[in-house]
Amino acid sequence: MERKQNHGLTLRHQSRFKRIRENYELYLLILFPVAYFVIFKYWPMYGVQIAFKDFSASKGIWGSPWTGFENFQRFFESYNFWNIIGNTVYLSLLNLVIAFPIPILVAVMLNQLRQEKLKRFIQTTIYAPYFISTVVLVGMMFVFLSPSSGLVNIVIQLFGGKPILFMGESEWFRPLYILSTIWQETGFASVIYLAALAGIDPHLHEAAVVDGASKWQRIRHIDIPGIAPTIVVLFILAVGNLMNVGFEKAFLMQGDLNVDVSEIIPTYVYKIGIQRAQYSFSAAIGLFNAVINLVLLIMVNRAAKKISGNGLF
Amino acid sequence: MLARKTKSDIVFDIANYAFLGFFTIMILYPLYFIVIASVSDPDRIFTGDVWLWPSGLTFDGYRRIFNDPAIWIGYRNSILYAAVSAVISTVLVIMAAYPVSRKDFLGRNAFMTFFVITLFFNGGIIPTYLLIKQLHLIDTMWAVVLPSAVDAFLIIIAKTFFQELPGELREAAAIDGCRNIKYLLSIVLPLSKPIIAVLVLFAVVRQWNGFFDALIYLNDGDKFPLQLVLRNILIQSQPSGNLVNDIDTLLAKQRVTELIKFGVIIVAALPLLILYPFLQRFFVKGVMVGSVKG
Repeated sequence: MERKQNHGLTLRHQSRFKRIRENYELYLLILFPVAYFVIFKYWPMYGVQIAFKDFSASKGIWGSPWTGFENFQRFFESYNFWNIIGNTVYLSLLNLVIAFPIPILVAVMLNQLRQEKLKRFIQTTIYAPYFISTVVLVGMMFVFLSPSSGLVNIVIQLFGGKPILFMGESEWFRPLYILSTIWQETGFASVIYLAALAGIDPHLHEAAVVDGASKWQRIRHIDIPGIAPTIVVLFILAVGNLMNVGFEKAFLMQGDLNVDVSEIIPTYVYKIGIQRAQYSFSAAIGLFNAVINLVLLIMVNRAAKKISGNGLF
Repeated sequence: MLARKTKSDIVFDIANYAFLGFFTIMILYPLYFIVIASVSDPDRIFTGDVWLWPSGLTFDGYRRIFNDPAIWIGYRNSILYAAVSAVISTVLVIMAAYPVSRKDFLGRNAFMTFFVITLFFNGGIIPTYLLIKQLHLIDTMWAVVLPSAVDAFLIIIAKTFFQELPGELREAAAIDGCRNIKYLLSIVLPLSKPIIAVLVLFAVVRQWNGFFDALIYLNDGDKFPLQLVLRNILIQSQPSGNLVNDIDTLLAKQRVTELIKFGVIIVAALPLLILYPFLQRFFVKGVMVGSVKG
């Protein structure tokens, strides 16, 4: 009995070894990307421990003394903690509530167009801004919204209004952030929904037409349920990224006048960490952000699984 | 399908055309306006005369832009970074994705997990910055090119593609004595042009449009990519001396600066917008492989 087992074990080992030896070239290939990931992805994860240390460059990551949660405590107690958290959460929630559904709406409407050429033209047009860089996007906002020469203010003045300092006034930061996101990303985001819509069985629509269903009824009862799984997956991903509102745009749109609403965790980490070289403190803020994100992702994934049966993992 | 339209369908169609038409114009008009404004007299823009056609045609903005060394340096650097990044990214992603796409590759799930974990966890800005500093890459091209070159998302896309290649191909090649590396180079890669195009384009677009890595890792103006040069002109309104220093009055300077802004927006966006019809096709493919099946 024992013998047999041993025999089986060695055979399996042999075949394993053989399988590795046969494909040794593939292991050599994958060695390079693995090394890349170890250095550029895993090493920074190891470096996260400086959030719990008093890092000094001369002592290195390993040699710097532990401080426990001191850096986190300092952040929680800092005078602008609630302001920064509030700005981050508010901006991303606005983004989620307003910018997330619009690509779905656009995709469903586009899907109703019968003329293929027109459909393709609109799709191509609205996709284009995705290839414009954030610097150019924010630059365009400055140009269009300039109080002296911007088109928007010229129009406002034509109608007898007073020019508005859009890029300076705090109350305009959030609307402009969201609107520019919609402008830039709707076309790109609608691609996935269009693909999902194209995957719906056309027989369903034919049957519904025979039964006298209107376009609106078909959207409600066929299209929307048909793409619901895709919506759920993308929604989970969006919530999982809730705290990762883009550094680039907020940073570029930020000025002295709107800093009270535009200071979000990533811009704050940049200022404290890179500009003022307080590495441990800003690493702690970054880690705090990442942990909230991960918890959100897990929570919403679990909720989505319970409600709709669809989850990411 | 029967062309039977109810009243509500007609109302729906009208609403739909109105909605999509409005949305398309909202997207297209700003782009169009920048084009006409870049060749219009700034004074006419200030008075609101320019909104449908260019007015007071002038190429002064472009003349200044093309005579500015900072913009050319930015262009050169961006092209260099995009090219290097595309090569590194594509080669490494294929090296990772091809083995894990093979069912007979022992440990494929472990390797895949190793890669995918990085989508959910990462060290964050500061530990990454310290790593680059430790490696003495600050103020070198490699700081801009390396950290963001490979992403597990790209590996997922490439792996999905390789998995769809017919397994019989490899069996036939193996019978003819074709070993792994030779098989990859002479059979798989020629069949993989679409995925190689996707990987190259993702890398090029990311490098061309990105500025974050350059912002934190580069101090030397000669190494700045185009986006950092643009940031100074567009957002900080500090066109480099050469662009406006021949003008005496402040007011005229401001006018020309506005003109230059329109021009550089075009100059910066043009390469990708020219490539765009081609880009779009491959991006749609890449995004769909990665997200729907991923």
